[in-house]
Amino acid sequence: MSLRRPRFRTHIPVFLAPAVLIYTAFMIYPLLNSLWLSLTNNAAGQIPSFVGLQNYFTLFAREQWSAPFWNSLRNNAVFFLIHMVVQNPVGLFLAALLNTRIRGTWLYRTAIFVPTILSVVIVGFIWKLILNPAWGISRSLLQFVGLVALDKPWLGLESTALVTLSLISVWQNIGIPMLLFLAALIRIPDELVEAARVDGAGGWKIFWRIQLPLILPTVGIVSVLTFVGNFNAFELIYATQGALAGPNFASDILGTFFFRTFFGYQLQPADPFMGATIAGVMLVIILTGVLIYFYGWQRRMQRVRY
Amino acid sequence: MLKRFAIFLLGILALAGTGQALAQGKIRLTIESWRNDDLKIWRDTIIPAFTKKNPDIEIVFAPTAPTEYNAVLDAKLKAGTAGDLLACRPFDKSLAIYNAGELVPLNDLPGMANFSDVAKAAWSTDDGKTTFAVPMASVIHGFLYNKAIFKELGLNPPETEKEFLAVLGKIKASGKYFPLVMGTKDQWESATMGYQNIGPTLWGGEAGRKGLLDGTQKYNSDGFLAAFEALEKWRPYLPQGYQAIAYPDSQNLFAQGRGAIYPAGSWDIGIFHQMNPKLEIGAFKPYLFEGKTEHVIDDHPDIALGLNAASKNKEAAMKFLSWVASDEFAQLYANALPGFFPLANVKYSLEDPVAQDFVNWRKDSATSFRCSYQILSRNANPNNENDLWNACAQILNGTQTPQQAADLVQKNLASWYKPQQAN
Repeated sequence: MSLRRPRFRTHIPVFLAPAVLIYTAFMIYPLLNSLWLSLTNNAAGQIPSFVGLQNYFTLFAREQWSAPFWNSLRNNAVFFLIHMVVQNPVGLFLAALLNTRIRGTWLYRTAIFVPTILSVVIVGFIWKLILNPAWGISRSLLQFVGLVALDKPWLGLESTALVTLSLISVWQNIGIPMLLFLAALIRIPDELVEAARVDGAGGWKIFWRIQLPLILPTVGIVSVLTFVGNFNAFELIYATQGALAGPNFASDILGTFFFRTFFGYQLQPADPFMGATIAGVMLVIILTGVLIYFYGWQRRMQRVRY
Repeated sequence: MLKRFAIFLLGILALAGTGQALAQGKIRLTIESWRNDDLKIWRDTIIPAFTKKNPDIEIVFAPTAPTEYNAVLDAKLKAGTAGDLLACRPFDKSLAIYNAGELVPLNDLPGMANFSDVAKAAWSTDDGKTTFAVPMASVIHGFLYNKAIFKELGLNPPETEKEFLAVLGKIKASGKYFPLVMGTKDQWESATMGYQNIGPTLWGGEAGRKGLLDGTQKYNSDGFLAAFEALEKWRPYLPQGYQAIAYPDSQNLFAQGRGAIYPAGSWDIGIFHQMNPKLEIGAFKPYLFEGKTEHVIDDHPDIALGLNAASKNKEAAMKFLSWVASDEFAQLYANALPGFFPLANVKYSLEDPVAQDFVNWRKDSATSFRCSYQILSRNANPNNENDLWNACAQILNGTQTPQQAADLVQKNLASWYKPQQAN
């Protein structure tokens, strides 16, 4: 037996290369570049120079920056909470219903999933038309059921715009948690459910005691996907309310705040340095959320796997 | 699709034309512009009129999509492939191009004397000494009204604020039509068609606007505050659910005859003719207020033509630019595009009576332009123009009083603009 040095395995770098190169060129490099941009500014002179964390101080300390920042963060949190409270539980509920043997599940499944594949611009346009006070169908529908008092300019009031937009987003995206939950539910072995039924458990009890604990990993994945998606959200608000995310910035979230700052809007000149700073903060927020999920949830979940 | 095909065809024609021009030893001038809607007008009307008299010059109008123009022009200038003549957006965008040395100063151009200082301001340096583009057109703010509704209710176009509010009251009392068709969802109409429409009369036009620039006037006092207060009086007359009504919604409401008065920009004239050719519209100018005797209209500069410093055909280009400053160009341009008015002080007449009404206002009114456009909106955040949109929309939404809104706009402006910090 000879002590041969293990042969260098050429196929490993060869197979890794495409992914590593593409990922580096299109994800890691731009990310680092954007972080670098957030540490520079051209305020002092014409040529951008390194200013350390000064942009971040500006963002948090100067009222003209901090007020819109906290406003957009708060709105973003509300946007996320509404998804967590409405989209995911309702998605789970729909999945549980579709998992029972009712007729025409494929029809429901498709119908509920279709909005997800529509362009956000179309979704925004459809809902703007439905809710339009001048010719929207919401008024005549509400008149028909005698609830005309509910006909309000939902997208135009500070108190209702953000909630309305969140619910539009829920309507659009609910198919994704539904499908993920459904896939998890289908994967649960029939014996477990049957055994529980033999032991005298009803549908309600089976759901809470058997099915829900077994799909907890999916609950975690759906939550973290919702979190990342919501804190990166932008298109729906932009398509429906414009870059000023009105009224009075009531629907301004981090994405729209970033967009206005980085690219400029109408007469507002672009400020790529502060824009990159906002992007940097968004990265930290999303990273924190994902890390909490990894260490606080997923690791613990390993133990309940069957 | 059809448009793209048309542009493609035109490109081929232009190429063919080039070959011909070279063969005959003609000088070729290329015009860069964002007005791709005007392609036909330039090709069929404007360019032939010029080349008839100047057969040795060939002109190619080569527009880009409006949203892409700034970026395309920047790239072309950097690469040295930009055309000889460049359509210039008003204020800072073109000033930056001039400051980069890419536009020729045009103070000595024959024909420049045809323009007033207000007309030239949008394409001049901050001190007003150098003008670097020939102003082509402006848009004017005012009010459009539905003639049939006015006739039905026995109303006359109002001239003072009191009459204006009385007319609105009567339309509202009739219960059949929305008195004043405007929404606040898109925000900009509140500021542009509202505040900047009726405001100049209150703040004394140019005197007030320049006062803001040098710090002697403030948004939260005198005329500028009064304009916010005057805007608030529109609130009861806006359509139902106006908080969620966007600009195209208002246009449709007015075009369909569901509303009586429409605070307008003159570009709307052509749009309404297209949307509903049967709609009979009239126009009245921004009304007077108690104690005010002089009308000031918002005659907002929109487009100009500059000369590329890298052009190899400067002499021919100068010739064309002087023609752009002439009455012949004004006559052609104004009639081809009702609602876009030549800025030159030359004689021309319009076939569209509504457009003619708008342009007549210049005779008995002073002119100014939107107060936030020159210098004051240079800061990214807070941005004066965006602040005005928000403030005006909030006043109409009833979520801020005029004083609160004015204080906020002023505070944000003073947070970065030195002349407003002094006192």
